[in-house]
Amino acid sequence: AWASYMTNSPTLIVMIGLPARGKTYVSKKLTRYLNWIGAPAKVFNLGVYRREAVKSYKSYDFFRHDNKEAMEIRKRCALVALEDVKAYLLEECGQIAVRLPWLYIGVIHSCPGDFDSLKHASLPSLQVFFVESVCDDPEVIAANILEVKVSSPDYPERNRENVMDDFLKRIECYKVTYQPLDPDAYDKDLSFIKVINVGQRFLVNRVQDYIQSKIVYYLMNIHVQPRTIYLCRHGESEYNLVGKIGGDSGLSPRGKQFSQALKKFIEEQEIVDLKVWTSQLKRTIQTAESLGVTYEQWKILNEIDAGVCEEMTYAEIEAKYPEEFALRDQEKYLYRYPGGESYQDLVQRLEPVIMELERQGNVLVISHQAVMRCLVAYFLDKSADELPYLRCPLHTILKLTPVAYGCKVETITLNVEAVNTHREKPSLSSSSQTPGRMRRNSFTPRASADTVKRPRHYSVGSKPLDLLGAFPSLE
Amino acid sequence: VCMTNCPTLIVMVGLPARGKTYISKKLTRYLNWIGVPTKEFNVGQYRRDLVKKYKSFEFFLPDNEEGLKIRKQCALAALNDVRQYLSEENGHVAVFDATNTTRERRETIYKFGEENGYKTFFVESVCVDPEVIAANIVQVKLGSPDYVDCSNDEATEDFMKRIECYKNSYETLDESLDKDLSYIKIMDVGRSYLVNRVMDHIQSRIVYYLMNIHVTPRSIYLCRHGESELNLKGRIGGDPGLSVRGKEFAKSLAQFINEQNIKDLKVWTSQMKRTIQTAEALGVPYEQWKVLNEIDAGVCEEMTYEEIQENYPLEFALRDQDKYRYRYPKGESYEDLVQRLEPVIMELERQENVLVICHQAVMRCLLAYFLDKPAEQLPYLKCPLHTVLKLTPVAYGCKVESIFLNVEAVNTHRDKPENVDISRPPEDALLTVPAHQ
Repeated sequence: AWASYMTNSPTLIVMIGLPARGKTYVSKKLTRYLNWIGAPAKVFNLGVYRREAVKSYKSYDFFRHDNKEAMEIRKRCALVALEDVKAYLLEECGQIAVRLPWLYIGVIHSCPGDFDSLKHASLPSLQVFFVESVCDDPEVIAANILEVKVSSPDYPERNRENVMDDFLKRIECYKVTYQPLDPDAYDKDLSFIKVINVGQRFLVNRVQDYIQSKIVYYLMNIHVQPRTIYLCRHGESEYNLVGKIGGDSGLSPRGKQFSQALKKFIEEQEIVDLKVWTSQLKRTIQTAESLGVTYEQWKILNEIDAGVCEEMTYAEIEAKYPEEFALRDQEKYLYRYPGGESYQDLVQRLEPVIMELERQGNVLVISHQAVMRCLVAYFLDKSADELPYLRCPLHTILKLTPVAYGCKVETITLNVEAVNTHREKPSLSSSSQTPGRMRRNSFTPRASADTVKRPRHYSVGSKPLDLLGAFPSLE
Repeated sequence: VCMTNCPTLIVMVGLPARGKTYISKKLTRYLNWIGVPTKEFNVGQYRRDLVKKYKSFEFFLPDNEEGLKIRKQCALAALNDVRQYLSEENGHVAVFDATNTTRERRETIYKFGEENGYKTFFVESVCVDPEVIAANIVQVKLGSPDYVDCSNDEATEDFMKRIECYKNSYETLDESLDKDLSYIKIMDVGRSYLVNRVMDHIQSRIVYYLMNIHVTPRSIYLCRHGESELNLKGRIGGDPGLSVRGKEFAKSLAQFINEQNIKDLKVWTSQMKRTIQTAEALGVPYEQWKVLNEIDAGVCEEMTYEEIQENYPLEFALRDQDKYRYRYPKGESYEDLVQRLEPVIMELERQENVLVICHQAVMRCLLAYFLDKPAEQLPYLKCPLHTVLKLTPVAYGCKVESIFLNVEAVNTHRDKPENVDISRPPEDALLTVPAHQ
């Protein structure tokens, strides 16, 4: 969750660079990351606007800088896109939440020439941050073109040589007018990061606020080396068998069987330099022990803290805390167990894991249901609404391989039976609550008041917290 | 969590008065706090130890044979100590603080690193703003042992000439010539950065830290919530509200803050009632951070020390044996706390004037960071209720002012008892428990 120190106004991120420099890759990945940590971001791809304007793409001639008609179209597209971004940032955000206008981020993805006139334009009430991708390694460029351009809507025929040829000519057209950001003179007052040769080198200029600092840190940690991430839960635990949530129980006999099966699976996969991470709870550690390899224990991979509901079954929770039980079903992502955590809290605590996963190569993460849902949501770009209901069954491994702009997912069920711990969202008609009821403050002692961190302005829709005891005036 | 496989040698680069020592000391403090054993080696200090009395800038003239010989000797002595620290004393990171302004010198050091199996990371500070340089000289050079017998004007004049001695041979890190080295180049005190070939996690963390610190003057105010109902009863943890005196303190705090007249003060609290109630009295916007919540005492939550001794005598003794690393069953240790507070520290570095209203264990961790207290001392730092600590960065450290706001409160500080044996009698364990209802 966010607070007002994060940034002062909506942020516009502008991706720039020649084609096949990884702009789309970076903007999609960055947007996915920002959405996951709770900063709503949206990509506005100028290529899409252009394709709308020019129904069928003829050839690279469109991109020649002396093609006046085309230049006009491209400039108009840029302006339309900018208008849409401004609308998204200022109007949509303004309406949705007076409390959170600064969170929204528009990512404009452009080609050289599209945005030049706007670079130094004054865009009041917007923080503008440029992300430039510069690459002079021909092998990297060729690989980019092959991987993502061959399947672009601009090239429906998919004839590899023609595509490569046409695209390289397109790049040449851009090169004529392309002016990289110049930190020493012309662009020294802009805020930007220049990513050089896929992260070998970075130039960072005038970072203005927290969100820009986070973006810089993220961009400096991601890489494009091929690798695979394996996510799974601990083997079935004793508590799983009796339907108790949380706690720190050991593996059941079937859980131990799973660990052995996992060991065999890992060996068969023949993974180079595999790192294994677990939480600091018995059940994940016991699972990892069977693998017979070194593993690292991360406290922040521990399962979501269910507070007063720890070690209870859902039936017991419904009986003892019916209101809490209902509230959780209404808003499972934001709901915080009294004395415990919410999925939103979990995402915040898992952020260093994600950052380190980005830095690493091949990793196997043995975690827990809620934790794994958060990690999967990050890799597969699932929204906060979907996240708490993602299916992460026991004894099943998710194998994630980054490819093109996303992630290839393989689900591997190791043939060991286990209980099902997945609870679907119940239909609202069974609940007696009024629709759209907002989460209100819990009455039990250790619960904190707000599920969303925000500054204490008494903004629209947010009541003062008199629950905490109004101050007696001494007058 | 060990983050490095092989030790890291950080090499500072830059002309005099560019903030190299400031960065070295700060970085060392940060790394030690997050649990990475780090030590800085200031070659200038080696020179002072060898050449008892500093005469003048002429020592640094490029053609002063005697001077060059001594300076090289000092550099080698420092590198030798680096090797001992990293290879024999379990150090993880060594910060080699010297000008290192020539490519030749840097190559010598790089080779040294390679021979010993260290990863080398250069940190260069480049600054041409004469105002910044002048301010640096005033802050840290005038008071240097080198200039103890000089007037300010004499010292400044000599130092400027000293800088000139280095300028002609200065070879800044170059994008082409040094493209295979790992480094960060900091320009104009953080206006921009050039980062090349970050190799691993620790270098990535160092870069992130360096990009978040600043030198704008500001003050950080640390205090605990007002006295709580459970404080009165000698109980730890929980989520109680303020006692009558605690509410009084909140009002005094409001008054104190007003009197201080602080520009753009940010106020942070935890997500527990007692800090929130304290902040409410200030009548200004404040942010609630969950990570500022008090240490989780697990099964001992809301117990008195007497009850802990009665129910968990073994745990109680273990805690006294190693209070920093001891983790309450189903709870946390101070070590865990430091890890969860790291984003707060990072954000405190980014911010300017901040008031943090937190809790005893949390405040001890934050204080240990700012005052460079080691893990053994951290859990015993005195952070009494109703007392504000005002921290102002100055020169290479932090000035501390302790302000008691004249509202009485219980004492919650428990010193380490003499007898920490697991078979000790209860009286020995409870000897240092402060009085309560």
